[in-house]
Amino acid sequence: MKEIHKKIEEIIKKNKVVLFMKGTPEMPQCGFSMTVCNILKQLKINFFSVNVLSDELVRQGIKEYSNWPTIPQLYVNGNFIGGCDIVKEMYEKDEIKKIIN
Amino acid sequence: MAISKDELFELLKLGFPDGEIKIDDLAGDNNHYAANIKSSKFKGKTRIQQHQMVYAALKGKMGNELHALALTTAEK
Repeated sequence: MKEIHKKIEEIIKKNKVVLFMKGTPEMPQCGFSMTVCNILKQLKINFFSVNVLSDELVRQGIKEYSNWPTIPQLYVNGNFIGGCDIVKEMYEKDEIKKIIN
Repeated sequence: MAISKDELFELLKLGFPDGEIKIDDLAGDNNHYAANIKSSKFKGKTRIQQHQMVYAALKGKMGNELHALALTTAEK
């Protein structure tokens, strides 16, 4: 396993909810990242965020790790949940709270 | 760094020959699309797997030539 993938795995194992995003929850740098942040905030879910724009290795590494070409990416309990579209769909179907609890 | 709607449609049609494919150019800039795909190939797959199949059909263009693709997938 690549060093960066180990580092990513460590982050998602250590934190229950992790969002890899562009920018920060306070200042998202992309509309898709902002959407996921807003959903999590709306549901009052605490999450650990990683700004991929501040680390090119993470930005590439996370795409390989999950075999998913885009950011944002949400992880819960060490599992990849999806990107913006999936999180939005789950929010509309009221499924997010279920996987967190 | 853009891809035409026709090219996007062709790639998706190639990946999902039986697919009902609807594409919207969201911003009119050949860079932000929404695609709705119904295909029998999605049967029994999770949402993540379904989206990964779409990304595979796009042959690495997602995240490169193609910046944004809002995706909804469903079984047919």
